[in-house]
Amino acid sequence: MKFSVVVEVSLRTGIADPEGATIERALPALGFEGISSVRAGKCFRLNVEASSEAEALERAIALADRLLSNPVIEQSTARIEATA
Amino acid sequence: MTTRVGVVVFPGSNCEYDAAAAVTAVGAHSDFVWHTATSLDGLDAVILPGGFAHGDYLRPGALARFSPVMTAVAEFAAAGGSVLGICNGFQVLTEAGLLPGALQKNRGLTFLCQPSLLEVVTSNSILTSRATVGATLSIPINHFSGSYTCDDATYERLVANDQIVLRYVENPNGSRDAIAGVSNEAGNVVGLMPHPERAMTALLGSSDGRVLLESFVAGKLATR
Repeated sequence: MKFSVVVEVSLRTGIADPEGATIERALPALGFEGISSVRAGKCFRLNVEASSEAEALERAIALADRLLSNPVIEQSTARIEATA
Repeated sequence: MTTRVGVVVFPGSNCEYDAAAAVTAVGAHSDFVWHTATSLDGLDAVILPGGFAHGDYLRPGALARFSPVMTAVAEFAAAGGSVLGICNGFQVLTEAGLLPGALQKNRGLTFLCQPSLLEVVTSNSILTSRATVGATLSIPINHFSGSYTCDDATYERLVANDQIVLRYVENPNGSRDAIAGVSNEAGNVVGLMPHPERAMTALLGSSDGRVLLESFVAGKLATR
């Protein structure tokens, strides 16, 4: 079976996020008040061949740890979006 | 015997000719090594030059670390061979796990292309064995992702093992403790964001990179 998996990669807590900080600073000038803790990250959509949702997630996480993220500064999560 | 230095060329490298010219200027021989090479036989030292290996897609160095040559570079480094990563090459070495830490986007999200003053922190590395500790060198920087980042435990190890090789006199990019270059524990693998190969002649602004390249091609650390 094929599963559509979304992998999100973001900076670990405590790691400075200049992109998120810059976006946050720009918001008041655009009229967006009351928005804080902006963190920037990356999102990947993959179709994963697997026999179960659990296996699809396991494969996606393995891929995220090895390539999609740099575990020194980033963390990743995976979730099933749909059966592709 | 003339030192033979391999300069690794990834698709997207753009400082390989500068690196080769710098190596030649200090009396060594240089050979280009394509990223698909699986052997570094016959070489005494290896440089991973600056540029945008594999387009810097995903993250700088993230794809380059899976180029076939990196397996050979890891074996070469493990056997005590001298490996130097400059700028993008430094990013590749951290992604490959051959050097600790990571290079993050610059504080302020600005691409920096300017001269920078560096302090030599240790002479206990293949890049600084002939440099004077405490000396100040003018070496240009040219990067967007050069903010050196590591966790507290790694930082403490770097300090304890004398692995911080160079620091910025004025931190331009938000690097932890103004770190501009680090080595592995043995000191035979060094990465730095500044470009010593662009500081080889006073005519072009600085010749302070020479002592670094001279150290590198001389190889051999005294003690560690």
